[in-house]
Amino acid sequence: MSDSTTTTQPTGGVPRVPRVSKVSEAVIRIAGNSQDGIQAIGGFLARLAGRSEQEVMTFMTIPSTISGGPSIFQVRIGSGEVLSAGDEADILLAFYQHSYEDHIGSLKKGGIVLYDSDHVELKPEWQKDYHHVGIPISSLTVEAIGGTAKDKGKNIYALGLVARMFDLNVPKLEALIHERFGGKDQSIVKNALSAFHAGYSYCVGDLIETFRFAESEKREGAQVVMNGNEALGYGLIAAGVRFGAGYPITPWSDIMELLRRELPKYGGSFIQCEDEIASISMAIGASYAGRVAVTGSSGPGISLKTEALGWAVMAEVPLVICDIQRGGPSTGMPTNVEQSDLNIACFGSHGDAPRVVIAPANVEDCFYTAIEAVNIARQYNVPVIILSDQAIATRIEAFPEPDLEKLCQDITPDLTPVANYKPYDLSAPDGIVPRVVPGTRIANGKYPIATGLEHDEMGHPTGSPKLHQQMTTKRRKKLQALAATLPTPKIYGPPEGNVLLVGWGSTQGPIREAVDRARAAGDSISGLTLRHLNPLPDGLENIFSGFHHVLVVELNDEGLYGYGQLAGLLRARFTDPRIRGVNKSDGLTWKVRDILERVRTTLATLKKT
Amino acid sequence: MSQTLSAMPAPATNLAVASPLPDNERKPLTKKELAADHPTWCPGCGDFSVLALYFKLIEKRKLQHEKFTTISGIGCSSRFPYFVQAHGAHFIHGRALPFASGISLSRPDLHVFAFSGDGDAFSIGGNHFNHTARKNIKMTLVVMDNWVYGLTKKQTSPTSPLGFKSKTDQWGALDFPINPMKQAIAAGATFVARTTHTNPNHVLQMMEAAMDHDGFSFIECLSECVEFYEGAFDSSNPRKGGVFNLVPPDHDVTDELEAYKLADSPFPGYFGVLYKIARPTKNAKEAEVNRNAMEKFKGLKDWQILQKNFDRMK
Ligand SMILES: Cc1ncc(C[n+]2csc(CCOP(=O)(O)OP(=O)(O)O)c2C)c(N)n1
Ligand code: SF4
Ligand SMILES: [Mg+2]
Repeated sequence: MSDSTTTTQPTGGVPRVPRVSKVSEAVIRIAGNSQDGIQAIGGFLARLAGRSEQEVMTFMTIPSTISGGPSIFQVRIGSGEVLSAGDEADILLAFYQHSYEDHIGSLKKGGIVLYDSDHVELKPEWQKDYHHVGIPISSLTVEAIGGTAKDKGKNIYALGLVARMFDLNVPKLEALIHERFGGKDQSIVKNALSAFHAGYSYCVGDLIETFRFAESEKREGAQVVMNGNEALGYGLIAAGVRFGAGYPITPWSDIMELLRRELPKYGGSFIQCEDEIASISMAIGASYAGRVAVTGSSGPGISLKTEALGWAVMAEVPLVICDIQRGGPSTGMPTNVEQSDLNIACFGSHGDAPRVVIAPANVEDCFYTAIEAVNIARQYNVPVIILSDQAIATRIEAFPEPDLEKLCQDITPDLTPVANYKPYDLSAPDGIVPRVVPGTRIANGKYPIATGLEHDEMGHPTGSPKLHQQMTTKRRKKLQALAATLPTPKIYGPPEGNVLLVGWGSTQGPIREAVDRARAAGDSISGLTLRHLNPLPDGLENIFSGFHHVLVVELNDEGLYGYGQLAGLLRARFTDPRIRGVNKSDGLTWKVRDILERVRTTLATLKKT
Repeated sequence: MSQTLSAMPAPATNLAVASPLPDNERKPLTKKELAADHPTWCPGCGDFSVLALYFKLIEKRKLQHEKFTTISGIGCSSRFPYFVQAHGAHFIHGRALPFASGISLSRPDLHVFAFSGDGDAFSIGGNHFNHTARKNIKMTLVVMDNWVYGLTKKQTSPTSPLGFKSKTDQWGALDFPINPMKQAIAAGATFVARTTHTNPNHVLQMMEAAMDHDGFSFIECLSECVEFYEGAFDSSNPRKGGVFNLVPPDHDVTDELEAYKLADSPFPGYFGVLYKIARPTKNAKEAEVNRNAMEKFKGLKDWQILQKNFDRMK
């Protein structure tokens, strides 16, 4: 929590409050077991923040075993810009002994531990560093809503406690509780509200200070709150995608479940296939039949899709492939984050198979990237890979509500008869030939074949060395034409200085926060996020030339030669010795202080050599 | 949102628009309009007759160029789409069925025909065969079964009989072969038929019956590879001293066990429709899901339906 200003405030009606500190932001870590509904508390807080014009970002861990187990949900709420889920928590809400012991380390010194004294025995040695507040949450919940229901409702009781501590907007929270439980039978809403109010009326105020968020700037329009997978799924729908196919795998499955549920409302379908090869094949079939379709997966499933991906490149059939990265190789770390699929995304498949790769940098960007991917795919007749990751997929953010009326597009294929058609016309500008799909009459009676064999302009097989050269060039040229239209990314911070931190995907937030913090301490440092990874946008060399060091911060291994996957790509592209890697692969998101520490050590080593 | 290209123009359509004859004035296509590349098959290859009868089918059933698609995987047999003047795709080895399913499920206006080989359909694509069959996705699949890998020049195929000497089993095939009919019935196919390239009338009959079937219709067509498995099917060809036994006229095609028994009889076995039942297609079931889902949003534009989700996320 920062910018605390303490005021003493008389209040009537509500319990006596000794002290209210105004804060600009707070990081709350809720630790318990996954079956306790701690995700729900986090979700309520995040959505409340969204409705209160605050910024919010969450981070959670889910046990990879189905039977549940320890789980956390961290939420950072701020009146200003929130870039990451926070390195350290201000408040730890611990439901069990293990929650307390495993997570005290993530609490900042002087922070508050709010613990369930029915389950947690506090450690005297930690008392000097942290403010401990024990509340018999479990028994008070049972007291409030009765029954022996095994700890049900204590999450909502705890939400009440937090609401009191932060003087949160009670009517808005009540409305959220109504929305969340309203569909079920009325007694459930009633119980939830009783638990909430019991927690809210508990006199935490006597034990510790309470807080109030500083007013955030008024925003125009409403905010929506969702996670990255939802944003991606809804973005695809807005883009006009009406067919998809997939096979379940974490953390991609959420998207296929969402599309399976939603697409029928629009007359579309999402098909669960027997495996990932069938999934991409079916999606390509549907795309071939007229309307850009989607498939997706994570790690292992992406590996399976690469042969068919090459076909789509060769046959010039548009397609969108979502890769929600997780720890690899093989089954790897299914519920952890990693950015180690960049190479397979850019190069996976045999032969020269140019395709487009875009990495969204935050939850909002997932929504817009989906639309962008669909439009690039249909404009250039090429597969487009959306490279998201576990961290963006599962974290919740609030962002300005998109103008759906303006953004939603209809991409129904045009079946108007044409006079003649050459699917692989070598004279087409930039090699881009508009598609004519099955169902379209072609007046001269010459019909196209979509093929994975090298072909002539009509799609018929050829062994001609000249044609293979020309067609390979054609497929490459399309992406070069695309590259020329890509915006040069904006630098975060001044365009010249000592260090430029380059990143892609979910690391944007922590990198920007690191830049802010280092600049505040007087360092000359800027940040750059690349969204378009293949092809790269023009103008990067000019940006790099403004800095002494270009450090590429990634969540992947430094590789055999000391460069992560993006660093390697940039080195190959620019042969610029200033480009170096800052990497880690522990399955966790970057902490801001770790980035700064690693930048410091990297620069120190450079000085020595 | 800052730097996305979400507002990209729709793809250009610089193609000359044609105003051809209205549908009711069009004549059925003949072989002349349907033939594309001259087939690259070896002279005498059984696949020629399957192609010739496919042309006949299109002509007889008055399908126009744009009303059907011809889809295949990889193999000699899978070269098929290049020889047909119509929309078609030559996909990757073993995956013709999911590709064809993508067309079938998204374009109810098109007839989808898939052509495959025994390796393509039962080895690399074996699992797709099972799942397309059980899901009953509407299309017709013709497997040109030559009991060998033709394109890659004589390796053992999943239908090669025990003892067949190939380049990968110089001493004779060791592995028990797949029986395509039994496989199809067990997988839940709703139309299962068997024919042979040496009996053109029968091939056409099977193709017509398959095309009329509402669901996944599967035909195994014995199609001799004169290059690598000459004479494989002689015992099914009366002109070579063999016997061509039709499915007995009193066979109940809806009786799964009886069909299985017929399928199990030793080569040359029986030809004709062994099994055929009516079961709702995946296409129909998905359409029903959609009807029910759309009912609740009648009169709303797509963006308004999506807006309802967004309103709940505020
Ligand atoms: C992934 C992959 N593996 C292997 C091949 C090589 N290959 C091409 S066709 C074929 C077998 C074809 O046999 P079949 O399906 O029986 O068709 P036929 O040539 O006999 O008509 C093989 C192994 C390939 N093209 N792709
Ligand atoms: S190799 Fe066999 S299957 Fe292939 S074209 Fe020749 S005869 Fe036909
Ligand atoms: Mg074969």
